[in-house]
Amino acid sequence: MPMNAADIEHLIKAALPDAAVTITDLAGDGDHYAAHVVSSAFAGKTRVAQHKLVFDALGGRMGGELHALALTTAAPKP
Amino acid sequence: MTTALETIKSAIDGNDVVLFMKGTQNFPQCGFSATVAKILQHVGVEFADVNVLADPEIRQGIKDFSEWPTIPQLYVKGEFVGGCDIVREMFETGELKAFLAEKGVKLDEAA
Repeated sequence: MPMNAADIEHLIKAALPDAAVTITDLAGDGDHYAAHVVSSAFAGKTRVAQHKLVFDALGGRMGGELHALALTTAAPKP
Repeated sequence: MTTALETIKSAIDGNDVVLFMKGTQNFPQCGFSATVAKILQHVGVEFADVNVLADPEIRQGIKDFSEWPTIPQLYVKGEFVGGCDIVREMFETGELKAFLAEKGVKLDEAA
């Protein structure tokens, strides 16, 4: 069951309330998304740690329901 | 009897650069795995590949081991570097080559 972009954004914002989330539906099929997430929670963390925060926010859906979520993360620019 | 965990650890310990992927570097069976394999070939690094599709225990085992839910997964000198998105971003910013050089991984400059 594919997820819609708003659900993905809600899940991320529930865990990272300050996050600016930009989601692009890459294929227009509701199944292949790119998400760019900017949050102060990422400051000073490695990319692996940043991505893990997002995976945690998605509660185990990554790799399952969300096979194709291309993810980029960044801390806000000072 | 070698367990999946032992196979995973020996692949990581026994290779400077190892990619856990779907398919092989010459015959990737997933677009994300293909992307990382192509990037590594492009920067001229020799790497070992582990085809997770060949063994369901390794496919799940590497996810548990790295605490990372997706395939591919790249390890350099025992360190988990990331999946497709991170490797692609590091490649595009030029960080990947610098990182490999810093780790003492030999690059084929002709590539």
